Amino acid sequence: MVWFRKKTALTASAETKKVKIPEGVWSKCKNCQEIIYAKEIERNLNVCPKCDYHFRIGARERIELILDAGTFVEMDANMRSVDFLDFKDSKKYKERIKAALKKAGDGDAVICGTGNLEELPVVVAVFDFAFMGGSMGSVVGEKITRAIEKGLESHAPVLIFSSSGGARMQESIHSLMQMAKTSAALAKLKAAGIPFISVLTDPTTGGVTASFAMLGDLNIAEPRALIGFAGPRVIEQTIRQTLPDGFQRSEFLLEHGMVDMIVPRSEMKQRLSQVLRIFTKS
Amino acid sequence: MNHYLDFEKPIAELETKIGELREYSTDSVDFTGDIKKLEKKAQKLKTEIYTKLTRWQRTQLARHANRPHTLDYIEHIFTEFFEVHGDRNYRDDPALICGFAKLDGKPCCVIGHQKGRNTKEKVHRNFGMANPEGYRKALRVMQMADQFGLPIFTFVDTPGAFPGIGAEERGQAEAIARNLREMAMLKVPVIVTVTGEGGSGGALAIAVGNRVMMMQYSVYAVISPEGCAAILWNDGAKGPQAAEALKLTAQDVEKLGTVIDDVIPEPLGGAHQDHKLAAASLKEYLLKHLSELEDLSADELIEQRYQRFRAMAEIEEQQ
Repeated sequence: MVWFRKKTALTASAETKKVKIPEGVWSKCKNCQEIIYAKEIERNLNVCPKCDYHFRIGARERIELILDAGTFVEMDANMRSVDFLDFKDSKKYKERIKAALKKAGDGDAVICGTGNLEELPVVVAVFDFAFMGGSMGSVVGEKITRAIEKGLESHAPVLIFSSSGGARMQESIHSLMQMAKTSAALAKLKAAGIPFISVLTDPTTGGVTASFAMLGDLNIAEPRALIGFAGPRVIEQTIRQTLPDGFQRSEFLLEHGMVDMIVPRSEMKQRLSQVLRIFTKS
Repeated sequence: MNHYLDFEKPIAELETKIGELREYSTDSVDFTGDIKKLEKKAQKLKTEIYTKLTRWQRTQLARHANRPHTLDYIEHIFTEFFEVHGDRNYRDDPALICGFAKLDGKPCCVIGHQKGRNTKEKVHRNFGMANPEGYRKALRVMQMADQFGLPIFTFVDTPGAFPGIGAEERGQAEAIARNLREMAMLKVPVIVTVTGEGGSGGALAIAVGNRVMMMQYSVYAVISPEGCAAILWNDGAKGPQAAEALKLTAQDVEKLGTVIDDVIPEPLGGAHQDHKLAAASLKEYLLKHLSELEDLSADELIEQRYQRFRAMAEIEEQQ
């Protein structure tokens, strides 16, 4: 009996001790399964120090990594999505927008603005996958189009960092039309001889890939990002086969000629600057 | 062979009865009166059924096996059609038909998805789901039309671009994206008709037009109802609910104001009841829109097309 009591007492204290460790101190890498000190990952630009896996990052964090400090001026920050179809699945679209806004505190799945990249004025559009899977509805399409038009008007290169599951189904046909709208704006940019660099990050699929994200003068991918038209699940269901390892990853796209280069997060800013300086002869 | 959807069956039964009565009619036995009565009843039933269709039933009509496909419309609307093949890179894609023809004597370019009617044809046409080479062929031919100053008519009828390993390897997304960008710069009139299923990017890749129209019983959406159901309801069988939510019918899309210019009337019960009549209705609209666009300059056409798509947004801007 004595033994028994001692044992329970020990377990209980161990459990309470465990609970006391603040959450988020340790993170498990999705790729190598290694348990890593979270601060270390953060310091490493949200890239796993063990296996180089690139974690998804938010739009604001990426803007900080790419633009010169303090130069970002946001455009269309107050543009909001509207549930014009009264769309309802398990939840109303209205509620989904509200919840996403509350979670992100920001306008929608993309943040756009102007800023400097190693002193070169650029226009950027950066996706936030956390906002409804980075899906493109009217707001995303409109913001991207205005960003491209801003590039046209100010003769500044346009950079789009994609991370999106594709079109926003809750806006049905209107979300499809955003693909045509953004691509048409890029046609004008191309005709004006202004560079457009598309940076594909994990994941970029569906209607976003099948419009502006594949239309860069250069398409640049982060390592191991999932990039494709149809999602892997849809393809598996269609052909009833398991997909090969590495299918639709950046390295696969490079091999098949769909992206120009794979650039790690730590070198992205420098590489973009180098490319843009050649394209703009500055 | 006639193919009937569930909600068409009562009509089919009546029509079989009428057929039988006709067969039994001889000089001595006259069923004319009964036949007339039944025909009247069938007409009434059709009107009743077809004015109350759900969105899911309309989707089924849009996919009806007997519905006219691009080659049927070409046969009834155009003359001197010849097909051209291949994307000059990889292969010819039978899911997309490209060619040149005359419309009321005027030379033009014709592009459209093609579905099959029997199993063999369906497989050959890949159920109207094009691969990247299909979209690249379409772009090659559209740019040829641009070079020769010929107006382009496109006919959209696809569940979507094909989702397969090869399609991904050869850049399905890039092929669609390029078409969207390049179609925006075409210097000739582009007149688009969604004839059956307008499914997602695979439809849009030939649908960036100065005019976009939908046949009365066609549908147009960002994703198929089944695909939408699989993602949002986690159950592909919830297609009927998803069809309601997506508001994908011609009438729904017309209500949005900016997406389509016209809904083209079909014969009672749908285009599959009478291909010729459906084609005649479509032809009227093609000619009307062509005459409106014919006198525009290249720059005006590009700008009109740009502004058409530029206007598509449902947003709210707070101060």
